[in-house]
Amino acid sequence: MANDIDINNINSFHLDVLREIGNIGAGNAATALAKMLNKKIDMKVPQIRVMKFSEVSDVLGGAETEVAGILLGVRGEINGNILFVLDLLSARILVNMLMGNPINKEIAFDSMECSALQEIGNILAGSYLSSLSNLTNLKIYADIPGLAIDMAGAILSVPAIEFGKSSDTALYIENEFTYGTDSVIGDFFLVPDEASYGRLLNALGVA
Amino acid sequence: MIEVIRVGMADLKVACHPAILTTLGLGSCVGITLYDKKKKIIGMAHIMLPSSKIASANTNRAKFADTGIVDLLAEMISLGADRKEIVAKIAGGAQMFNFAGSNETLKIGARNAEASKLVLKELGISVLSEDTGGNHGRTIEISSEDGKLMVKTIGYGIKYL
Repeated sequence: MANDIDINNINSFHLDVLREIGNIGAGNAATALAKMLNKKIDMKVPQIRVMKFSEVSDVLGGAETEVAGILLGVRGEINGNILFVLDLLSARILVNMLMGNPINKEIAFDSMECSALQEIGNILAGSYLSSLSNLTNLKIYADIPGLAIDMAGAILSVPAIEFGKSSDTALYIENEFTYGTDSVIGDFFLVPDEASYGRLLNALGVA
Repeated sequence: MIEVIRVGMADLKVACHPAILTTLGLGSCVGITLYDKKKKIIGMAHIMLPSSKIASANTNRAKFADTGIVDLLAEMISLGADRKEIVAKIAGGAQMFNFAGSNETLKIGARNAEASKLVLKELGISVLSEDTGGNHGRTIEISSEDGKLMVKTIGYGIKYL
């Protein structure tokens, strides 16, 4: 039976399950990233954020902070978005590691480097979703990635707008990836639409 | 010290002189500002979606162009603004991400800007200027002193409408 989950009144048990989904998905994504870079990648305990729209833009150190955002639509039995957000220095370091560039390079990205960032998003999203798919037995896949380098508020608002039609809050499952001595790489968000939360929890037998 | 009032996503505010209204990091959302030049009353709405009619959650009227702009105008008038003096400026409505075969949601910026202009037209409020579309974020700020709208971007400079 498919119960609808009201994200405004989500209980702590459901939050724990969502957190675990974030843990497993991001764990796989971190492993994929670590293999790609041949570096040890860590992640923090995922955060489940139920936010009013007025709060969304301030999540990543201010609405006007310039960040790189890689967005992928999530399709299949779960709908929504995946958003991977990096501050520009981290994005630069990642691209340099991946492409074997010298360390001191300017912050602007050429088109090859933009493709590399999109591909990183692609690989992270793919490994996140395939573990989620294995766990739930749901068919879930990601669309091709899009990249934007701009204000954090403007980028974070894109998945929030999908929530706007059916809710006054947005729910983000957030994972922070780090490497070395706690240097943040970026924030990985799974933002399923409202109906998909119920489906996720149902598939795991907890709703 | 002039008070700077922040308007969040799906939010609207009005203020009497002297005041500044601002909203940070507009993407596909649209910022609509109203100004009564004589009374120096300003108003700003930050809408996310074009129409409340297609949405199942429409309790927050500031979220939509159709209901948000009507409420913004009503609040301006209740602060003492003269409807005949009120003019509008709008900004935002960008498409932040480009994909091959973009879906509906990704064109939401253009639809938000169109809907905002239509609602203003229906209310008989003229749009003096706009900075909409493109693929970049915007921070906007309106001052009650002269009704000038500052539009700040990353990589596209600052302009005044």
